Amino acid sequence: MPLVKNGKITDDVFAVVADDAEIPEDGALIISAARFLENPEVLSRRVGRTGVIWPNNRDLDDLVPYLDRLALVALVFPTFRDGRAYSQARLLRERYGYHGEMRATGQVLRDQFLFMTRAGFDAFEVKKPADAEAFAGTVQRYSVFYQPTGDGRLTALHRRMLSRHSERANQ
Amino acid sequence: MTSPLEQKKIRIAGPSVVTANRTWDGLVIYRTARGEWSATLSEAAIVRTSEEARALLAESVADDLGAVGAYIAPVEIKESGRIKPGNLREHIRFRGVTIELPVPA
Amino acid sequence: MYAYDQLDRALINERVDEFRDQVKRRLSGELTEDEFKMLRLQNGVYLQLHAYMFRVAIPYGTLSSRQLRRLAHVARRYDRGYGHFTTRQNIQFNWIKLAELPDALADLAEVGIHAMQTSGNNTRNVTSDQWAGVAPGEVEDPRIWSELLRQYTTLHPEFSFLPRKFKFAITASAHDRAAIKIHDIGLRLHKNAEGETGFEVLVGGGLGRTPFIAKTIKSFVHGHDLLSYVEAILRVYNQYGRRDNIYKARMKILVHELGIEKFAQEVEEEWQQMRGNSLTLDDGIIEEIRSRFTYPAYEKLPHMPDELKKAAHDAHFERWRKNSVALHKVQGYAIVTLSLKPVGGPPGDATADQMDAIADLADKYSFGEIRVGHEQNLALPHVARRDLPALWKALDKLGLATPNVNLVSDIIACPGLDYCSLANARSIPIAQELTRRFANHDIASLIGRLHINISGCINACGHHHVGHIGILGVEKNGEEFYQITIGGRADENAELGNLIGPAVPYAEVADVVEDIVEAYLALRVRPDELFVETVKRLGVEPFRERVYATR
Repeated sequence: MPLVKNGKITDDVFAVVADDAEIPEDGALIISAARFLENPEVLSRRVGRTGVIWPNNRDLDDLVPYLDRLALVALVFPTFRDGRAYSQARLLRERYGYHGEMRATGQVLRDQFLFMTRAGFDAFEVKKPADAEAFAGTVQRYSVFYQPTGDGRLTALHRRMLSRHSERANQ
Repeated sequence: MTSPLEQKKIRIAGPSVVTANRTWDGLVIYRTARGEWSATLSEAAIVRTSEEARALLAESVADDLGAVGAYIAPVEIKESGRIKPGNLREHIRFRGVTIELPVPA
Repeated sequence: MYAYDQLDRALINERVDEFRDQVKRRLSGELTEDEFKMLRLQNGVYLQLHAYMFRVAIPYGTLSSRQLRRLAHVARRYDRGYGHFTTRQNIQFNWIKLAELPDALADLAEVGIHAMQTSGNNTRNVTSDQWAGVAPGEVEDPRIWSELLRQYTTLHPEFSFLPRKFKFAITASAHDRAAIKIHDIGLRLHKNAEGETGFEVLVGGGLGRTPFIAKTIKSFVHGHDLLSYVEAILRVYNQYGRRDNIYKARMKILVHELGIEKFAQEVEEEWQQMRGNSLTLDDGIIEEIRSRFTYPAYEKLPHMPDELKKAAHDAHFERWRKNSVALHKVQGYAIVTLSLKPVGGPPGDATADQMDAIADLADKYSFGEIRVGHEQNLALPHVARRDLPALWKALDKLGLATPNVNLVSDIIACPGLDYCSLANARSIPIAQELTRRFANHDIASLIGRLHINISGCINACGHHHVGHIGILGVEKNGEEFYQITIGGRADENAELGNLIGPAVPYAEVADVVEDIVEAYLALRVRPDELFVETVKRLGVEPFRERVYATR
């Protein structure tokens, strides 16, 4: 499954640790939420970079205290029809100020890339190689956005207001 | 429309066909014995046992590109050998709406 | 009318390109039907019994003549020469080819029409009062807010994969013509003591398998906060709405299971964290949208022009005028409803030729504007009263002047088993038979306001729960049967109807409805006691007796 990061297909430096495997002190690892919460203070202070995969039906409150020590949060789309992780992503970025890698996992398909990007995802475990290759073109398909999100794109409403102001300034 | 998974459990009570809609234009179609699709009910492959029905359905569902929403539908076979749809829904799919269209075809 | 600017136009063109690419990938096999289904649904494409069905949005029920002509063109070029107006200010085409859909969408996009989110588990077409902006006594034009909501909900990056579909309706009149209480979010525009515009927000309404009337979650949300409050509701729903059972996934179930107080508290907590964020609508932004709605340059005209006095001698004209013409907020003008319920016709259908002719009449008599209502009729919203006689003649020739608006033959019906893959029974032939039974205008007038609503299955697209008489098609041993409810209503006093007894077979439905109506005529205490009022006063029992005594 190709990983798209910063708009390009990239090697995945993170390894997923099985719940019954030992967690080494170094190396970039992704740990399950349940495992992480058994010992979050220690695990979030590992020498190696730590990522957590967070289920879409689990409240973010338990994760929030450790966010600034995590290198990666992976959110889950069990099917592309299940949109809970979009809300989690926006909350992590916009409310809790998470700056690390936010990875979309599960059924991640081409036609969701732009929504995911706007919600704050910057890494994508893409199901189909052809979709991964089409990433850059797909997220540039739209030039107009009606809603403000944490991605900073200007909304149509604000662009209209700006053009009004500049019209006025030129008068 | 029943999902293919649920249809695995389905047992047929009488002669049946597999029907679907053609992908590019939505036309009502029936699975033939030659493993193709036809818009004519009389060309449909007739199955009489649940096993045959499931096999025909599996083969039909596999053609995801050609047809949408394949399922097993009952038919009635007249003494003359003519095939008729087995219920009102299938009758409407085969013959068209039971009302006059606002613009005659 | 709202005029699209280059941003709105760019977005719908980009959406057409995206859908064209999705169709191409489907037809080449790159996308499976399972993957494509959600994508086509997000753009209004269903698979029905005979073909694909294509649902096009008419946001808040406002159309220009140019747009209506383009809908006629789509009906003619890509379909079979007609379209069906639905109960949610959409139009449906029944025979569209998937391969041609991108071209149809491109043709519509040229006039600012789209099909985004007319199906699928997302925020659907924002509906409103078809008399918005012209109804006397309206607080203010709700379409400004409808358009703000349309933009806000279009391609929302967080809420495009909700547990289930999500519907908004908005009204600014005391009499609710938008059925806001049967929507996921219903908005009633009103002003606070300071004279500021805001909304009573209702949540959790909806019909279908488990019908609920919406409950008030907040009695006043300031207009500035409308979008942030709505986003708080959507976020709570997106996270906590049920996804384990499609029949329990609508927000009404969440509101019901949590209780309105607990639900309101969840929303409030979420809202307090985001209030004042970038969703806040300042006056400048609201004015920006308002400025792109254009209003006709009305003339100073008399309420009773000579043309109208003269035509008053024509009984046929008078009958139509009294039934289909309503007061306008500007003196000398009228709102004219065009009945799409001719005797013996399928409710809500219009042919391409009719659409073109209506567009011409709108240009001539209504400043080029047409409205679409949830009752599946059209309206010309700005007709000079002096033009009424001429307009009537033209409408009559087109079969659009049946004087039955709000009467027993003004039936709301879904397409039913004649078209729909979900239906269990037919709706249209039942409606047709009923319009024939009640074709006599004098009798229909004597009966007075009476809404019959017919759905061909429990999904309730014909809103049968809130029909004064509701008819629901069910299947029993391969035969079509119909459950009859009475006493429902969809307006500001919305209520769900009550079942009168066991389902009746197809052939008996019209007889049963006639029995119910006869019982009402015998039971009402005065001629202006409406059918629903009599049912409210007496309950179901006397009607049940009448219907089942001899059956």
